[in-house]
Amino acid sequence: MERIPILKMNEFLLVSIQVDMHDRLAMTLQDDLTDRIVRDRARGVLIDISSLEIVDSFIGRMIGNIAAMSRVLDAETVVVGMRPAVAITLVELGLALPGVRTSLNVDKGMELLRSSLARGGNGHRDAGR
Amino acid sequence: MPDDETLPVRSSNDIVVVRQVVRMRAVEIGFNLVEQTKIVTAASELARNTIDHGGGGSARLQSLRNGGRAGLRLTFEDKGPGIPDIELALKDGYTTGGGLGLGLSGARRLSNEFEIQSRPGEGTRVTITRWK
Repeated sequence: MERIPILKMNEFLLVSIQVDMHDRLAMTLQDDLTDRIVRDRARGVLIDISSLEIVDSFIGRMIGNIAAMSRVLDAETVVVGMRPAVAITLVELGLALPGVRTSLNVDKGMELLRSSLARGGNGHRDAGR
Repeated sequence: MPDDETLPVRSSNDIVVVRQVVRMRAVEIGFNLVEQTKIVTAASELARNTIDHGGGGSARLQSLRNGGRAGLRLTFEDKGPGIPDIELALKDGYTTGGGLGLGLSGARRLSNEFEIQSRPGEGTRVTITRWK
């Protein structure tokens, strides 16, 4: 079965979405990621969407769900690499990804996760929750 | 590439195909990247509605050349249960399918022209047009 790979980088997990996601693949990713957060005791998840040409409400909902599930499992999610055209479209679509933190690239996302871990929390308050 | 073609919208994989073909058409017409992204995203929302609410159907893609104006018209049609209250279905956040309720209203915002026809028991047809 087709799967999106999840890489472990120290206490973080990195997912790079590089295919045009169909629905089943998105659901598999949610399941795999929550399993890995628990198994690897991950404190943060970076989702790289720089290859995604569009984010529709289905993918947006999946990203929001992953962020919410991670938060419950004591890990924080940062979405990195959104293309400008995708950002413009997403906001016009009416989807502002509430509760999801974003960074411009993987490096900045990693910095964000590290600094929020270093502050002692896992960023729950910062995420507006 | 034909100027008028109809694709099946029956499975999750068909949504991916619709997105790809709409993208090719949008590029061919000369839409810029943001315009391409908007029409492909709108197509994705409507294709998903066709499956989730209409039980599957079809997507018709028409490249338009109207004098000096080029555009792309997409028509999504299903023979599903139809929409009893279109006003309500067009409201942000209204959903019967467990989604975010942004499909119809979002697709409307991402298009220049939007038309919906639906009769309970007979199905739904949504047409969007984006001009260059």
